Amino acid sequence: MTAVTFPAVVINWGSDEMAARRKRRYAADRRLQIYGMIAIAFALGFLAILIGTLTFTGYRAFTQSVVTFELDLSKAEIDRSDVMGADWRGIVRGALREKVPELPRSSERAYFAMFTSSAQFLVRDQVIRNPALLDGVARFSVPLSDPLDQLAKGQVDRDTPESQRRVTDRQIEFYEQLSAAGAISKPFNWGLFFNSDSRFPELAGLAGAISGSFWALLVCFLISFPIGIAAAIYLEEFAPKNRFTDLIEININNLAAVPSVVFGLLGLAVFLGWFGLPRSVPLVGGMVLALMTLPTIIIVTRASLTSVPSSIREAALGIGASKTEAIFHHILPLSMPTIMTGTIIGLAQALGETAPLLLIGMNAFITSPPAGVLEASTALPTQIYIWADSPERGFVARTSAAILVLLGFLILMNAIAIFLRQRFERRW
Amino acid sequence: MNVLTEVAVEKKLNPMTKESNIKMRGKDVTVHYGEKQALFAVNLDIPERQVTALIGPSGCGKSTFLRCLNRMNDTIDSARVGGNITLDGEDIYDPKIDVVELRARVGMVFQKPNPFPKSIYENVAYGPRIHGLTRNKAELDEVVESSLKKAALWSEVKDRLQESGTGLSGGQQQRLCIARAIAVSPEVILMDEPCSALDPIATAKVEELIDELRANYTIIIVTHSMQQAARVSQRTAMFHLGYLVEEGATDKMFTNPDDKRTQDYITGRFG
Amino acid sequence: MAAYLFGFLALAAIVVSLLGISRARRVRTSQAEKVHSRPIYHGLNAAIWTGVPAFVFLILWLTGQNAIVDMIVMGSYPGADALSGAQRSLVLSEIRQVANGNNFREPSPQILAAVAHLQSLEMLARWAMVALVAALVTVGAFFGLKVIESRYRARHSVERSITIFMLFSSLVAILTTLGIVGSLVYEAAQFFARVPLTEFLFGLRWEPQIALRADQVAGQGAFGAIPVFFGTFVISALAMLVAVPTGILSAIYLTEYSGARFRAVVKPLLEILAGIPTVVYGFFAVLTVAPAVRSLGLTIGVEAAPNSALAAGAVMGVMLIPFISSLSDDAFAAVPRAMRDGSYALGSTKGETIRKVLLPAALPGIVGGVLLALSRAIGETMIVVMAAGLIAKMTLNPFDAVTTVTVQIVTLLIGDSEFDNPKTLAAFALGLMLFIITLGLNLIALRTVRKYREKY
Ligand SMILES: Nc1ncnc2c1ncn2[C@@H]1O[C@H](COP(=O)(O)OP(=O)(O)O)[C@@H](O)[C@H]1O
Ligand SMILES: [Mg+2]
Repeated sequence: MTAVTFPAVVINWGSDEMAARRKRRYAADRRLQIYGMIAIAFALGFLAILIGTLTFTGYRAFTQSVVTFELDLSKAEIDRSDVMGADWRGIVRGALREKVPELPRSSERAYFAMFTSSAQFLVRDQVIRNPALLDGVARFSVPLSDPLDQLAKGQVDRDTPESQRRVTDRQIEFYEQLSAAGAISKPFNWGLFFNSDSRFPELAGLAGAISGSFWALLVCFLISFPIGIAAAIYLEEFAPKNRFTDLIEININNLAAVPSVVFGLLGLAVFLGWFGLPRSVPLVGGMVLALMTLPTIIIVTRASLTSVPSSIREAALGIGASKTEAIFHHILPLSMPTIMTGTIIGLAQALGETAPLLLIGMNAFITSPPAGVLEASTALPTQIYIWADSPERGFVARTSAAILVLLGFLILMNAIAIFLRQRFERRW
Repeated sequence: MNVLTEVAVEKKLNPMTKESNIKMRGKDVTVHYGEKQALFAVNLDIPERQVTALIGPSGCGKSTFLRCLNRMNDTIDSARVGGNITLDGEDIYDPKIDVVELRARVGMVFQKPNPFPKSIYENVAYGPRIHGLTRNKAELDEVVESSLKKAALWSEVKDRLQESGTGLSGGQQQRLCIARAIAVSPEVILMDEPCSALDPIATAKVEELIDELRANYTIIIVTHSMQQAARVSQRTAMFHLGYLVEEGATDKMFTNPDDKRTQDYITGRFG
Repeated sequence: MAAYLFGFLALAAIVVSLLGISRARRVRTSQAEKVHSRPIYHGLNAAIWTGVPAFVFLILWLTGQNAIVDMIVMGSYPGADALSGAQRSLVLSEIRQVANGNNFREPSPQILAAVAHLQSLEMLARWAMVALVAALVTVGAFFGLKVIESRYRARHSVERSITIFMLFSSLVAILTTLGIVGSLVYEAAQFFARVPLTEFLFGLRWEPQIALRADQVAGQGAFGAIPVFFGTFVISALAMLVAVPTGILSAIYLTEYSGARFRAVVKPLLEILAGIPTVVYGFFAVLTVAPAVRSLGLTIGVEAAPNSALAAGAVMGVMLIPFISSLSDDAFAAVPRAMRDGSYALGSTKGETIRKVLLPAALPGIVGGVLLALSRAIGETMIVVMAAGLIAKMTLNPFDAVTTVTVQIVTLLIGDSEFDNPKTLAAFALGLMLFIITLGLNLIALRTVRKYREKY
C-alpha cells in the first residue's frame, strides 16, 4: 500500500517501519494468548496430577491381601456354651501353622507377624455370627499385616537391604510359599467401607467416618435448611428496608467469608465451653457446619425468590390469598428446585470442611460407628487428616482411598444438584 | 522516514466535476448473523470527502452495513460477511489486509459515546500510541491538541486534560470519541447514529463538526433523523429490511425519490 | 431422654393439630355465621401452642442445666470458695469424669460426695424437665384447642408465629457474628490478662509450649505473635504469586480468546479445583508437592525443609486459581461491549484491547477478587496444618519451614478443651486477630467490587 496523500496527515501504512511495528504488536498479542494457555494448562495439569496421584496411590487400598485357611472347628476344643472364651489364638495359629510344614520355632514370631494381629478375633466373631461353622471344616480369610500387604501389592523393593525394609527375607520366603500354595488372594476390600478406624491399616475402614459425616450433615441440614429459608423469606419479602436489615445483609455476606477455623473456635467456646455439649459428637459438628452453610442457603434462596416473576404473586394476591399464603403456596414451591440445588452444593461444601471439626474434637480415635448424634465419632475429612498423620505405610494408600471416597460423595452430591437444576429449574 | 507529515489541506478534486472519486465500494454485500440474513446483496459506492447518510427503519441493516466497512463484524462470532468491499480499490476482506491497519484508516464513532475510563488526554492519545504514530511526548501532545481542536472540544477541555473522559457531558463525550477517532488520521470515519444519545444543542454542535470534517475525511453516517440526513449529507442511501432500496444525491432523495418506500419513509408513513 | 422428649413433642403437636382441625370442622358445620379461618389454620395454631413453648423451654433447659447443676454442686463442695477459676474447673471435670465412670486414680471422699450430689441433682433435673415439658404441652394444647370458634382469627395467629420464626431466623446470622465476636473477645481478654497485649502484638518470639501442669517440664513460653503473622504473610504471598497471574491469565484466555466450546469445558474443570476439600490439598501437598519442592531445591542447590513454605503456598495458590479466575471473569464480562468496540474500532489488537482497556476497566473488580482470595489464603487452615511447619520463624526463604496463625490455632487447641492456660487462650487471641484481618479485607473487597459495579 502506498502513502495516502489524503487527509491532513499522511501515514505511510505500508512503510517497513509500520510493518515491523505491526508484526511486534501481533507478536505481543500472541504472547498474551500463549500465557493464557499456559495458565490454563498449569491449573488443569495440576488437577490431573492431583487426581492421578490420588487414584494411583489409592486404588491399591480398594483390595486387601488375605490369607485363606481351612479350619476344622469340630475338632477344636471349644466349649459350646462359652464360644467367646475358647483359645481362639491357639486355634487360629494352629491352622496357620499347618500352611508351612516344619515351621521352626525360631521363625514363629516372624511368621505370625505376617498376619493381622486381630486374626483370632475376626475368626471368633465370624463363628459367633454363624455358629454352624462349629460343626465342620470351614474356610476363613484374614488380612495380611500391613508390611505383607505392601509386599503382595509390589510395594516392597526386594533388592533393598533387609535392614531397610519392614519385611524380612524369611517372611518373603514364607510369603512365596503361601502364594505358591494359592493361599493368598486380593479380594475387594469391603473392610474399607464396613470397618471402623483401627491402629492397624489392614483393618482400618471408613464406616465410623461415613456415619459420623452422615449424622453431622443431617444435623446441619435440619438446622440450616429451615432457618436459612425462613431468614431469606423474611429478608426478601417482609423486612422493612432500613439500617438494621442492611446490617443483617452485610453481616450475611461477611459470614460467608469468615475463615472456617473461626467457626471452629466459636463451636469450641460456645457449644462446648458455654453450653457444655459433649466433645467429638456429630451434633456439635453439625451445628457448626449449619452456621457455615446458613449464608449459602440464605443467598441462594433470596436469589431464587427474586427470580420468580411478580405476576405470580399478584395473581395469588388477586384471588384473595394473604401475603404469607402467596409465598408459601406459590412462590416458595416455584423456587424450591433452585433452593434444593443450592442447599446440596452447600452441604457438599460442609462435607469437605475439616478445620472446624478438628477444633471440636471430631478427630478422636474411635473404633465403632456412632449410633446417633450424641456419640463421639470422626467425619470423613477428619478421618483423612488422622490417616494422613499416621506413620504406617498402609495408611498412605488408605488416605488416598478415603479421599477418593470423599470425592465420590462430593461428585454424587454435585451430580444430584446438577440433575435437579436441569430437570426442575425454571427459567423465567 | 517520517510517518507523520503535515501536508497542505488542499482539495485535490475540481469542485466543478459532479463525480468525485469513489473512496469505498460495496458490491453484493451480504451479512448473516448465524442463520439470519441481515443484508441482501447491497451495492453502494461511497464518494470521497463527502458525507453519505444511511437511513431506514430500525433493524433494516444500516449498522450492519456500516460495521462491514471497517470489519467490526469480525468481532461478532456469529456474523458472516459475503460479497466484496473495497477501500481505494483494495478488497478489505482480502486475507493480506491487516484489520488493525484497516480500522486505523476507517475510524468509527458509535451511537452511545464510549470513552475509555481514562483521562481525556489518554483517550485521544490511545490510538496514536498503539499505532506508534508519534515519536515523542511533544508530538503526541500536538496530535492530541490538534485532534481535540478538530473535534471542536479543545476550548472546553484544555484545562482538564487529565480528568476522566467519563466525567464529560454526553455531547462532549461524543466529540471526545470523534477526536479519538481523528487522532489516528483515518481516511474514512463511520458514525453510527452519533447524535441519538445527545440533546438538541449537543446534536447541533456535532452536526456542525461533521460538516467541517467533510473537507478532510470521507464520512458515512447512520441516522434516524431525516432532518439530520438532509442537513449534513450530500448523498443518502435508503435501507429497508436488509435491502438497499435507493441511493443518490441527498437533495434528490428528499425531494423526488424514485422508490415508493423511500417516499413513505421520508414523509413519515413508517419508521 | 431429650431425644424422646423431642419425639414426644412432635407427636403431641401432630395429634393436637388433628384434633384442632376436626374441632374447627365441627364449629363450621354447627354454626351459621361465616368462619374466619380454614380448619387447617386452627389445627396449625393449636399445634404451635402445643409444641413451640415446650420446645423452646426444652432447648433452654438443656443448654442451661449443666451450668446450673455445676454451680449447685460446687456450692456445696467444701472449700470451693477458696479455689481459683482454673482449679474449680479441674475439680469439676474430675467430678464429671468420675460420674461417667472413668476414674483414673482413686477419687477423694469429697469428690465422691460431690459425685453423689451431682447424680442426685441430675436425676432430679431430668424428672423436673419431663414434668415441666408435659405440663407445658398440656396447657398449650388445652389453650390452643379452647380458642377454636368461628370468629377466632387462627390464620392471623399462625401467620404471626411464622413471621416471628422468620425474624428469629434472620437474627441467627447476627447471633452467629455476635457469638464469634463475643467468644473470641471473651477468651482473648483472659489471655491478655496474663500476657500483655504489647508483648503479643510486638513480641518477636513465639514459643507457646509452656507447662500444662506444674510437674511438667517445658519452656517458659513466649507469646510474641509477629513471627506467626510473618509466616502467614510468607505463605499467603507465595499463594498469591501463583494464583493471581494464573487466575487472571486464564480468565483473559477464557473470556477473550477461547471459543465457546473450549470455555464450556474448561470453566467447570477449573471450578472443580475450588470444590476439592482443603484436606485433600493438604495431603497432596505432603505426598507429592513437598518432595517435588525438595528435589527442586536440590537441583538448584538449596536445602529445602520437608514442610517448606513453598509447597504449602504453591498448593494453596492452585486452590485459589478458580476463585480469582471466576471473579476476574465477572469483572471482564462487566466491562461493556462498547469499550471493546471503541478499542477495536481504533485498530487495536486483541492483546492491546485487553491490556490497555479491559484490564484497567476491570481492575477494581479484579482487585476486589484478589483481596477476597488473600483473605481466604490467610484464613486457610488444612493445607498449612498438614504441609507447613510448627516452629515460628522469621524467614523469607520459601524453602524454609514457617508456621501460620491457623496452624498455631489448631495445634494449640487439638486435644485440649480447658480454657485456663495461656496456651489454649492464645489460640483465641490469634483467632481474634485472624477474624479482624479477614473481616477488614472482606469489607474492603466487597466495597471495591460494589463501587465498581455501580460505575457501569
Ligand atoms: N450481533 C447480532 N446478532 C444477531 N443478529 C443481529 C446482531 N446485530 C444485528 N442483528 C440483526 O440484524 C438486523 C439488522 O440490525 P442492524 O444492522 O443493527 O439494524 P439498524 O442499525 O438498521 O437498526 C436486525 O434484525 C438485528 O436484529
Ligand atoms: Mg443501528
